[in-house]
Amino acid sequence: MPGHSTPSQTVGPFFSIGLDELNRANLAEGSTGERVVVRGRVIDGDGQGVPDAVLEIWQADADGRYHHPEHASTPNEATSFFGFGRIPTDAQGQFSFTTIKPGPVHDPQGKPQAPHLQISVFMRGLLRQLVTRLYFPEEPLNISDPVLRVVPESRRDTLIARQAGSKETTLEWNVSLQGPNETVFFDC
Amino acid sequence: MKPLLGYRKPAPGTQPNHLYPPYVSSIKRAPKQPLISVPVTLSEITGPSFPREIASSKAFDLTRQHNGEPLGERIEVRGRVVDEDGRPIRNTLVEIWQANAAGRYLHKNDQHNAPLDPNFAGEGRTFTDEDGRYRFVTIRPGAYPWKNHYNAWRPQHIHFSIFGPAFAARLVTQMYFPGDPLLDFDPIFHSVPDEAARRRLISSFDWLTTEPDLSLGFRFDIVLRGRDATPMER
Repeated sequence: MPGHSTPSQTVGPFFSIGLDELNRANLAEGSTGERVVVRGRVIDGDGQGVPDAVLEIWQADADGRYHHPEHASTPNEATSFFGFGRIPTDAQGQFSFTTIKPGPVHDPQGKPQAPHLQISVFMRGLLRQLVTRLYFPEEPLNISDPVLRVVPESRRDTLIARQAGSKETTLEWNVSLQGPNETVFFDC
Repeated sequence: MKPLLGYRKPAPGTQPNHLYPPYVSSIKRAPKQPLISVPVTLSEITGPSFPREIASSKAFDLTRQHNGEPLGERIEVRGRVVDEDGRPIRNTLVEIWQANAAGRYLHKNDQHNAPLDPNFAGEGRTFTDEDGRYRFVTIRPGAYPWKNHYNAWRPQHIHFSIFGPAFAARLVTQMYFPGDPLLDFDPIFHSVPDEAARRRLISSFDWLTTEPDLSLGFRFDIVLRGRDATPMER
């Protein structure tokens, strides 16, 4: 083994200089599937919104396929859905993005995963990114999802978005860095 | 069925913890609950791969994005992106950002009263080649003060963002310069417990990259997480 991985360092307060070019708050563009709007806030240990955070989203298409060679054994099975988004928070720590609800991802072994978004969170003060997931409300597969199942039941709600108001297509999901509703973050 | 191979956990001390109190901003932003270990799924071992159009052919050269040349010491930074097994990470997007030669970022929240440079924005991107190599032309960034503690100054650095082959391999880091006296006092640099790991954040001066009559050369190799050798038993 020639070496260990390079250490992570914070993005700092000025990441927008280098990262804004790839900002993409509409992941659904040009793809088929059930549209959803996700909105929420990134909240620090004082309950304040974090105005200098950026979320990176990675997800499968409506049929549960990732745009990645690891997930297609033949070219016919490949998806054209790009699946990546980058969304900075605003001055109040709020974010919003539009995407499609992914289908269940079928891992080669084991049960299908419940529909979910894979999310990295970067900000000043974080020496390495935080990794979390957003799951969908009222989703029967949530019960058997291999990742949700290892999360203590009392904390699972932090990973499941809520319907916002009467609109079925708008979801609310916050990232709480600390406190009683601290979001579950993963070591993966 | 082929079992899913995850990515190796970092060796102890080679990555910073989220909480490092000398870096004051980590105190209210680092999670207090332990991270939860999860089984390997396709969601972590896949990740985005970007179309080449995202980085124009000029985007690697931060000194040629404006009408004139930026002030400062012209440098070239070259390196290779490999994984922990030494395999090159091909065609992956590398993004960088940095302060200008006076230590000022082109950002509305940067209150340091050093001058802006109309010929320097401080952003660059490129793709690694078939051998994992990348190259940027830029100017040496200045050190600048920050509010972490009394008389705090960040050592000169360039921010790097690398996607790699999978969500689990994603890395954002900072490249430092050899011999910088401010490194000894920088809590962000020292958040990495292992000394050998910290040293990997420091580029090396490199004659082979130094262009006569043009620019000083620095080499900064980047190592991403390697793949697990055996399937994870859960």
